[in-house]
Amino acid sequence: MSATPASVRAEPVERPEFERTPLDARKIGQIERPLSVVERMWNVQVVRNFAVLLMFVVLWEAYTQIANVKPLLFPSFSDTCIALYKAFADQKLMAKIWFTLQSLLIGYAVGLVAAAVLVSLASIWRVWADILMTATAMFNPLPSIALLPLAMLWFGLGTASLVFILIHAVLWAVALNTFVGFQGVSHTQRMVGQNYGLRGVMFAVKILIPAALATVLSGMKIGWAFAWRTLIGAELIFGATSRGGGLGWHIFENAEQLRTSQVFAGLLMIILIGVIVEYVIFRNIELRTVRRWGMQR
Amino acid sequence: MADVKTDPIERPEFERPSVGKANTADVARPLSTLEKVANIDPVRKFTVLLTAIVAWELYTRVAKVPPLIFPTFSDTIVALWKGFTEYGLASQIWASVGILLAGYVIGLAIGAALSFIAVSSRFGSDILGTLTSMLNPLPAVALLPLAMIWFGLGAKSLIFVLLHSIVWPVALNTHTGFMSVAEPLRMVGRNYGLRNIRYVVKLLVPAAFPSILAGMKLGWAFAWRTLIAAELVFGAASEGGGLGWFIFASRNEMDIPGAFAGLLTVILIGFFVENVIFRNIEQGTLVRWGMQSS
Amino acid sequence: MPQTTNGAAPAGAAPAVAPILEVEGVTLQYKTKEHLITATYRVDFKVYPADRFVLLGPSGCGKSTLLKGVAGFMRPVEGEMRLKGRRIEEPGPDRVMVFQEFDQLLPWKTVRQNITFALRNGGRCSRESDADEIAMNYIRKVKLNGFENTYPHMLSGGMKQRVAIARGMAMEPDILLMDEPFASLDALTRRQMQEELLQLWDDTRFTVLFVTHSIEEALLVGNRILVLSPHPGQVKAELNTHMHSHANAGSPEFIALQTRIHNMLFADRVLEE
Repeated sequence: MSATPASVRAEPVERPEFERTPLDARKIGQIERPLSVVERMWNVQVVRNFAVLLMFVVLWEAYTQIANVKPLLFPSFSDTCIALYKAFADQKLMAKIWFTLQSLLIGYAVGLVAAAVLVSLASIWRVWADILMTATAMFNPLPSIALLPLAMLWFGLGTASLVFILIHAVLWAVALNTFVGFQGVSHTQRMVGQNYGLRGVMFAVKILIPAALATVLSGMKIGWAFAWRTLIGAELIFGATSRGGGLGWHIFENAEQLRTSQVFAGLLMIILIGVIVEYVIFRNIELRTVRRWGMQR
Repeated sequence: MADVKTDPIERPEFERPSVGKANTADVARPLSTLEKVANIDPVRKFTVLLTAIVAWELYTRVAKVPPLIFPTFSDTIVALWKGFTEYGLASQIWASVGILLAGYVIGLAIGAALSFIAVSSRFGSDILGTLTSMLNPLPAVALLPLAMIWFGLGAKSLIFVLLHSIVWPVALNTHTGFMSVAEPLRMVGRNYGLRNIRYVVKLLVPAAFPSILAGMKLGWAFAWRTLIAAELVFGAASEGGGLGWFIFASRNEMDIPGAFAGLLTVILIGFFVENVIFRNIEQGTLVRWGMQSS
Repeated sequence: MPQTTNGAAPAGAAPAVAPILEVEGVTLQYKTKEHLITATYRVDFKVYPADRFVLLGPSGCGKSTLLKGVAGFMRPVEGEMRLKGRRIEEPGPDRVMVFQEFDQLLPWKTVRQNITFALRNGGRCSRESDADEIAMNYIRKVKLNGFENTYPHMLSGGMKQRVAIARGMAMEPDILLMDEPFASLDALTRRQMQEELLQLWDDTRFTVLFVTHSIEEALLVGNRILVLSPHPGQVKAELNTHMHSHANAGSPEFIALQTRIHNMLFADRVLEE
């Protein structure tokens, strides 16, 4: 469509044919060369992340040392490390971490079971599907921490209240995603399952859950994220109203007494736990399932 | 079986003229009105809601549950009315929503800026990747005690923790969205001469919109939770304001219907944002473009 | 279509017209996560105005990579590619690409908007109304009138490819690059699309560089075929095929040429045995 006037019909130019014998591929040399070790290392995401992390730590330390930032406002990295060491040695940080994790695990597990029961009911009876959808539409946007004052009234100050609001944090997100995931399973895959004689629980376990695993997992991740945020928040409030026991309380207590390096140490532990759960546990589950199956990039 | 080879049976061919419409009965029969109404989703959900409310009211009345433990529905509604008329619930709502909006808008801007930096170079992408993977799992409310040391008790501290709860999920989702835009689509954009900011705005953002919207929804959910939690902590630590504080204060004065009224308001706002605002955005974009089924 | 028969020009005579695209000694390499791969090795060819030039070869001969090189998405490690005498440095709207994948259409734009988007951003139209007019013209050309306000997800595969072709043609590029555009279609639709493409070519006489792995499609669509050997891609032959079309598909000459190319492509395999 180059600048040819419309009246002249461009005809392709005719030219002679030819045939050639291509060079033997072996003579060309490197057709496929493995990348060098450095190139390959640099392609590993973890290595790159770690390098950036190191850079941040150095910047943090250098800035606080050179600019003489008050440790009360922003402690240096080394101060934070010392505080972390001390916290493990004499503030029984380990016990606090355990206290936090215990409530979290109980709440998360019970929440998952409750979600499984609700979704099973909803998959069998349409009324339950309506109930589930209405309940999630109502309760999913309700921050479970808002229930804490009432939970404290009903269950007292203690693990029972924590577990109650954790269940609330996990249940709706997981149930909603699982149910929506189940509904999204393609008709073909359902028919294949029924064709091979799967019914009831076996059908759910062998067809629905694997087929909807991407959504189910993302529901579980959101549930974990809500639960983790709720728990730390609740411990802060417990710390504010009475004596508590977990990591949130460690932060609150030390902030009250202006031991900022201890606050940083607590935050560091919270980050560490969060990173382990999201990037070790969940990532590995994903790598072994949905990513391997090509359902998620 | 194996030694006798089965041959298919030969049978005569035939052709037929197609059957006229007159002979075929009832090709498509409309459902009855009742069946149709029962298939409308809002109708079914509303019925469930109504049943739940009636059950709540009946149970608390018949079983004579002490209102201090679990008030009736009608008590809660009365308390809600009183909250608006006597206890200034409206201004508490405004206190919460105003700060939330401010935090949300600033947070979106920062998240967008970060994703833009990340998409323009590999180093930027590494920095954002590391930062989000560290800070996204850190509950924003855990920074509140620190924020109170830095900024004192007030709106500044609240906005600081809100920003933290919004920026990371938004940046993370936007960035992954950008990264997973299909290769042909990227090439189309560059083929037609889109570069730099125009490439991001005209191609990457709409192509990654499902992921961006998911990030915005997650950011909202975290922010909403963080705000209520922060107000509860503020309420616990000092005289605060906002919806969280309203719940906390009502409960402390053993005005349980008041606390329920506060919760109901929280539910209504959350329901409105998720099922009206975000739902409409989805319908107008993703569903219309066939990127997501309704 | 040209009615001339086989072997008109005498061997060795250079055509009088200047070529649109010149590819000289081009070696292309790309990196995967673990390897550096040489896709093509010192390939050269010339495309002249109104050519329907086909790059043919088995998978792994680097024909798609070559097309991406011409489009400007990849730089050659040696050799040079020139469009109308200018060296190709980066992607640009003077070489529009049509892909095999259906997701090359912007899902957030309607059929018409997909075309006006290209016209406006490619710098062909500054006014929306002009772009609209051109878009409607090409929508009619690919027989999609009535669908101009439809979003791509509502269209069938063949219709999507038609939109992509209309979008590419509307830009009136110097050369249209087509990367196996019909490979994802069913056999009937594919044949129909090939015929429509030839019809469109007959109307406007654009220049097209067409990649395919199907010998039959190469004979039907092209007037000249570049046969590439696999891994790394090297030029094996350049053949004239303007005398073949759907009308004579199945004729002895057609089948003879098909067999000849087939033997050319799989000769190595025979030799190795």
